[in-house]
Amino acid sequence: MRYQRVSLFIPCLVEQFMPEVGVATARILSSLGIGLDYPQGQTCCGQPFYKSGYKSKTIELAKRFISLFQDSEAIVCPSGSCVAMVRKEYPLILKNDPIWSERAVDLGLRVYELSQFLVNVMGVVDLGAHWQSKAVYHDSCQALRELNIKEEPRKLLSKVKGLTLVPMERQDLCCGFGGAFALKFPEISEAMVREKMDYVMAAGVDWLIGIEPGCLINMGGYSIKQGLGIRVVHLAQVLSNR
Amino acid sequence: MQVQSHRFKELAIKAIIDSRLQQNLRQIGETFRTRREQAFSEVKDPEALKDRAREVKERAIAQLPWLLEELETKVKRVGGHVHWARDAREANALIIAIAEEAQVHSVVKGKSMVTEEIGLNTALARHGIDVWETDLGEFIIQLAGEPPSHIIGPALHKNKEEIARLFSKKLDIPYTDDPQELTMAARRALRERFLKADMGITGANMAVAETGSVILVENEGNIRFCSTIPRIHISVMGIEKVVESLEDMATLLEVLPRSASGQRLSVYTSILTGLRRPNELDGPEEFHLILLDNRRTEIIKDPELRQILYCIRCGACLNVCPVYLKAGGHSYGWVYSGPMGSVLSALLLPDRLGRELPFASTLCGACRDVCPVKIDLPRLLIILRQRLAEEKGQEAGIGFVQRLASTIGSKVMARPTLYQFLSSTIRPPSKALHLLDERGVAGVGHIIPWARCRNFPQLKDPFSRKWPKLEKELAGARSNP
Repeated sequence: MRYQRVSLFIPCLVEQFMPEVGVATARILSSLGIGLDYPQGQTCCGQPFYKSGYKSKTIELAKRFISLFQDSEAIVCPSGSCVAMVRKEYPLILKNDPIWSERAVDLGLRVYELSQFLVNVMGVVDLGAHWQSKAVYHDSCQALRELNIKEEPRKLLSKVKGLTLVPMERQDLCCGFGGAFALKFPEISEAMVREKMDYVMAAGVDWLIGIEPGCLINMGGYSIKQGLGIRVVHLAQVLSNR
Repeated sequence: MQVQSHRFKELAIKAIIDSRLQQNLRQIGETFRTRREQAFSEVKDPEALKDRAREVKERAIAQLPWLLEELETKVKRVGGHVHWARDAREANALIIAIAEEAQVHSVVKGKSMVTEEIGLNTALARHGIDVWETDLGEFIIQLAGEPPSHIIGPALHKNKEEIARLFSKKLDIPYTDDPQELTMAARRALRERFLKADMGITGANMAVAETGSVILVENEGNIRFCSTIPRIHISVMGIEKVVESLEDMATLLEVLPRSASGQRLSVYTSILTGLRRPNELDGPEEFHLILLDNRRTEIIKDPELRQILYCIRCGACLNVCPVYLKAGGHSYGWVYSGPMGSVLSALLLPDRLGRELPFASTLCGACRDVCPVKIDLPRLLIILRQRLAEEKGQEAGIGFVQRLASTIGSKVMARPTLYQFLSSTIRPPSKALHLLDERGVAGVGHIIPWARCRNFPQLKDPFSRKWPKLEKELAGARSNP
């Protein structure tokens, strides 16, 4: 399956804190000859409010999102949790509305996380990228368990020249971000990211690669503050480096 | 026990700075995870097995009223008594009445979460009845006066030096931290109690409606003692533990010991049906089954939350929960901890005492991966969060500021122009905070706890503003490859 045209879904954390990830995503897709559009007026998929229990406040955001992307053949997003939110939770949030629930299900079929889109939809694994490094890949919880993203990033990274990917202990241990959790329970979150980064350090790497903006801000921020010397980067940035 | 669930955050912070506890938790997690993985690695199709276990529970809960009635009929047929207890008060009253009628002075007890749930030991003590916990872990925490910290290993938070000090003080023995010697000391103390006890009280891992049997699994043999030596045996059981048949029991026995402690089968698996027969050497003369509701029928009525009743109390979810493994069992403030405890405490505790617990999770889903009956715990936590955040009259449970922030936040997100405007407004202050934080100004961490251990991220020039130029560039590149 190949697409001529794809819509970009840029999560709020990327828009505000790591716009370069959005740029990298666009460059990668464009380099495959795909035409891009970016529906204006994107704000947030509603995940932080929804996971805090405010389902009713998320309904309006879900409907907005569905309308914004209704003409998109395929939608690509550099975040696992946002895609999981749209694909899995929107149909549940709107399940009492026969029209919107159908639209939500339909939307879910058209939205993809970047690595899954590249590998499973476009059938592309080698983007001609290079990133001289010894690195670990972090299996973010939502991506791994909600969307079954496990092999796709690894396949893509295996083709990156100069990159040595090594495993780490507790590969799929939660980094402690959990969205609002890090704000509500900062001490527990801190203890969790500390343990996670212990394992990253133990792997003897200089780079940490991930597909989840929240995790990257969490682990990257910790590494900087604590002077760990581990640099954190999104998969899109690695793959767009040619 | 005194419920402390509303103090979860405070207790968790204490637990995190307790380096010895943290070491214990790390060890527990690693050991139990490895054992469980090993035990399931020899199962040909673990997912199919878990599906079967789930189906057993689904079917049992779907037919609960009829199964409970069949259970009652069968238990009576083999000579036992069955009592229905609406809540903790009724259950304790029933047990005390049985004890008083039989002039019971001392009781030996097997480990039972449901008896902790109803506060049985306290109730018995108030009526002058001596209760001796006989599971080694429970024995330890009884001596220490502490609540359990893990479903299957109640004293896992204690290491051998702490136990050595406790035993030397309470059992009046010379100090030793040799595990063998400590166990022998406990054995000697308990042996006496077993032989002298008038009554044994246990829980029940399951009850089988088909035969009227109570199923108990254990590794120490103390439950065997409690249920076969004293004249009277009382088994207290949450109503959700009944299964239809011995075959169903067998399916659950394939997953329970594997998930709990990595064993193919527990050292002792007891299928207790009725009383001591004339030609038998052991068994009680009198048997009572206490069926406890305590809000379980309310939970069954709820189609979304009902699946928490499938829980077989294996503890596997605790052993993989990154929050439990930092906060420890006591932070949850009640009998049940970890992911399943967060759900149950929120549902069973009065006055919404457990209201914080469903939020104390990153929803990572590790628990769902290991649950032998495939309970979708993250889903239940999300549903509970919705109930707590949006139920009328529950506002006191969730901070006013948080509610306000979410209302404003979601309204802003629905208005792109307003959102852009507000982001551009906070961009400069965020840059300032970022710079202050970079220069090591400690105050930032006080304003925003995030920044205590992580650098404060700054809002950058947003993607949406970069797009017009980027779009032109990419379109140009595509037409001129």
